[in-house]
Amino acid sequence: MSVRVALHSPRGSRSFLERGLLLLVMLIFLEGTVLTLGAASSPDISAQDNTGGGDDQRGIEGRHGHANYTKKAFPVLSLDYRHIHVPFEISLWVLLASLMKLGFHLIPRLSSIVPESCLLIVVGLLVGGLIKLAGEEVPPVLDSNLFFLCLLPPIILDAGYFLPIRPFMENIGTILMFAVVGTLWNAFFVGGLLYAVCQIEGTYLSQVELLPCLLFGSIISAVDPVAVLAVFEEIHINELLHILVFGESLLNDAVTVVLYHLFEEYSDAGEVTPMDVVLGVICFLIVSLGGIAVGTIYGILAAFTSRFTSHTRVIEPLFVFVYSYMAYLSAEMFHLSGIMALIACGAVMRPYVEANISHKSHTTVKYFLKMWSSVSETLIFIFLGVATVAGPHAWNWTFVSVTVILCLVSRVIGVVGLTFIINKFRIVKLTTKDQFIVAYGGLRGAIAFSLGYLLDKDLFPMRTMFLTAIITEIFFTVFVQGMTIKPLVDLLAVKKKQEAKRSINEEIHTQFLDHLLTGIEDICGHYGHHHWKDKLNRFNKKYIKKCLIAGERYKEPQLIAFYHKMEFKQAIELVESGGGVKLPSAMPSQVSMQNIQPKKLPPAVAERALPQFTKGREEEIRKILRSNLQKTRQRLRSYNRHTLVADPFEDGWNDFILKKQRMIELEKKMSNYLTVPAAPPDSPTMCRARLASDPNAFYNIKASSDGVPTIQVDLASPQSPDSVNMLNEFSKRGATDQGLGQREGADRDEDQGLMMKPSSAGIEEKGEEGGGNKNPGLMRCLSDPGPSNEDEEDEPFLP
Amino acid sequence: MGASQSARTEHEFQDLADRTGFSLEQIGNLNKRFRQLSKNEETLSRQDLASISALDNNPLRAQIINAFFDKRNLRQNEAGTVQVIGFEEFLMVMSHFRPAAMHITEEEREKLRREKLRFLFNMHDTDSDGTITLEEYRRAVEELLSKAGTIGQETAKAIADAAMLEVASTTRGKMEPDEFYEGITFENFLQKLQNESERATNLERRETERRKRRIRPWPLAILMDS
Repeated sequence: MSVRVALHSPRGSRSFLERGLLLLVMLIFLEGTVLTLGAASSPDISAQDNTGGGDDQRGIEGRHGHANYTKKAFPVLSLDYRHIHVPFEISLWVLLASLMKLGFHLIPRLSSIVPESCLLIVVGLLVGGLIKLAGEEVPPVLDSNLFFLCLLPPIILDAGYFLPIRPFMENIGTILMFAVVGTLWNAFFVGGLLYAVCQIEGTYLSQVELLPCLLFGSIISAVDPVAVLAVFEEIHINELLHILVFGESLLNDAVTVVLYHLFEEYSDAGEVTPMDVVLGVICFLIVSLGGIAVGTIYGILAAFTSRFTSHTRVIEPLFVFVYSYMAYLSAEMFHLSGIMALIACGAVMRPYVEANISHKSHTTVKYFLKMWSSVSETLIFIFLGVATVAGPHAWNWTFVSVTVILCLVSRVIGVVGLTFIINKFRIVKLTTKDQFIVAYGGLRGAIAFSLGYLLDKDLFPMRTMFLTAIITEIFFTVFVQGMTIKPLVDLLAVKKKQEAKRSINEEIHTQFLDHLLTGIEDICGHYGHHHWKDKLNRFNKKYIKKCLIAGERYKEPQLIAFYHKMEFKQAIELVESGGGVKLPSAMPSQVSMQNIQPKKLPPAVAERALPQFTKGREEEIRKILRSNLQKTRQRLRSYNRHTLVADPFEDGWNDFILKKQRMIELEKKMSNYLTVPAAPPDSPTMCRARLASDPNAFYNIKASSDGVPTIQVDLASPQSPDSVNMLNEFSKRGATDQGLGQREGADRDEDQGLMMKPSSAGIEEKGEEGGGNKNPGLMRCLSDPGPSNEDEEDEPFLP
Repeated sequence: MGASQSARTEHEFQDLADRTGFSLEQIGNLNKRFRQLSKNEETLSRQDLASISALDNNPLRAQIINAFFDKRNLRQNEAGTVQVIGFEEFLMVMSHFRPAAMHITEEEREKLRREKLRFLFNMHDTDSDGTITLEEYRRAVEELLSKAGTIGQETAKAIADAAMLEVASTTRGKMEPDEFYEGITFENFLQKLQNESERATNLERRETERRKRRIRPWPLAILMDS
């Protein structure tokens, strides 16, 4: 990796003064570091050599026994820049990239007008210019190896891991059409017409042959995922268009790779037989499918590995990255499509890995991917600018302008023509506006440049001209199209992305429709899309999930998993907002459960609905308890290098599920007890009498705002906080709230004459105390003979 | 027999095609399937549909079969169910899964959309009183999770409750504690699908329409939609 920062001359910084205070400060900092160290490095090295020599001497002389040995002072401070210069310079570039990104967002108006990618290229140009002004040789920063092996994979993995699978699969036909046929069309149209133009007299390009032209066409025709991501993420276009353009840019990699190798191979021979074409098609299939296969294998391996990581949570995220990178490298090793391998790997592993790893690891994966990809992206654009300054250029007006025009024309023709065919098959037709955005969003980027850079100078004498044309085309698309696409989207009123959270209803309906449509398909006797999808899903559930997901979670249907996730997220939000007193209902709503709970029920239904009602309440109360009790527990965790401090809500799912199971057991016991017709007929009055005699007891549990019971959990309670067991927690709660629980519970015990076995008495009693304590509804359950007295239905104990 | 018979069925088919919007080929295909399911009878009974083995694994099996025998879906403005359906009724139900034609006005499209959503709504509203109550919603979610074993049944209620809360809060806004939300009406249903998650609607529509397209084998599709 030959990244080198040359000395910045102080006079160069003057041009930067105009670029605003922040950039100046940053550059001075950068320059200062480089200057000092760079300047210091050479004398220092010689000094060190001297010292080294001296040491040797001393050693020899010391053995001999000394005489004229002049003692040299021990070097307290020495500088050895060369020793660290490679990692140091890499860090400097990364720092520059990150600070630039930071800087752009501190200037609010700038980023709304100019896309970040443009600004970064400008920065790259300036940095390259500075280096050149300093009289240094501009380093070949955008080296193809560096680009393909280090910078590109994070971006693609990020895209693959977070690929919205559903829209992607729904539009896979269209995407493939654009990616394969569209790219082929572009390559041959641009390449062929360029060759024709080159043959015109007076362009001085007659030495350009057909195959290099086609090679150039195949390099320049591929839409670039990095550029597309950079621009499309800023314009917030609707999901359909986003996935169309982005999906195309990902999947056209295989076509580009094959075309590139094919033309490179034959530009020597100069002859292409029909056999070669057939081989090319076969090669395409192998490259794309092979890439996907490699990615899938690694994805499954990663998922399988993550099954066993529950004891070493800290290294969990690493597996995601390492396996994906291995997939990419393995694919590249066979000249398969590395991009497709990465996409497949990310998409395959995600659902299983997500189910296995802890919530924290998941966050880590997310952040790392985002961080790496954004740094890579920034570096790529900066390097593009630097490389522009660096490269030898051969400017040919005809070639460059014809390239730019042809690229635009072929893109428009390709998109319009293909959409005409695709629209016959699509349910949601692509409108003219959509077509325009798809055509206009076809940005070219650094992949094209790197491919051009890879060309052999001896084989392709016109390489420099190609590179110049490629750079011009990249600049044209990124600057002109990238900057104008946002106003155009506004002007055309293209539908934007809706930032809606995925709601539970949406999930229910999606699933409902899936099953409904599968059913209808089966009734029709037609084995279509849904039929196979359903088959695949069932297979996945039955075998694959069992192998790849640890513990019991594989049994969880998607809907339940979604619900848990949502519940979990809200619980965390609640804790973060310092709540715990607020009602932790599953939905952030102003409507509470009692609004939708049927009030006037026929007795038969009411009988069934009543325990459910209390259960809902119970659930809320349990959540409050759980959050507060776990907080105390967390404090007592000691620090350990290999474990992270426990999250109040998350010790991995196992813990959670264990607790949940205990809760369910408890609940079952409780409801067993509840459904025992234990309530004596006079119990309501007795209860009321008790209430009247001791009204204060119920103020403890009075609702804070809207009739919802809240509990003041005494966090500083002297109970030993390591009680993980929910049952214990319950019992302690019961014991702590002595004022009410004990007495009530005891009373009731006497009143109702519990029918309990001695062994389980403790638990049930405690459970009941807890319940009676916390939950007016439950209390009513205990005391009410039946659901018939509706006057007490809602808040029986609140005065 | 041959000529007059086929002429008669052709005439009938043309008539059906005009009413349901299917093309003649599609009606032919569906007729073949109908005969196969009903074992060459004129009418189709519940047992015939229940005997489709591919449906065994579908959690919504009962609901789907019910939809075919629901009078509301047969474009008769009455509630209740029928015991057997003829080919025409079969087509009527199937026509809910047909994609919108290429060139129709926005109003027609909207009408079609409403009809499709109405079909969906009717599947949830089992007692045909015009609202999806909490009980009905719970049952629907339970059905959906019926293949998931015990975990499913335990969570189904919580999910349905959460979903109902969500609907209530988006359609009603703030509610007093003593107010009562009796259930999702069809208007709420539309509103919910339109405002709160437009994406879902699109997805649903795309999904539904995609499905409808699948009714016919795809090579035919090229010929027919052009």
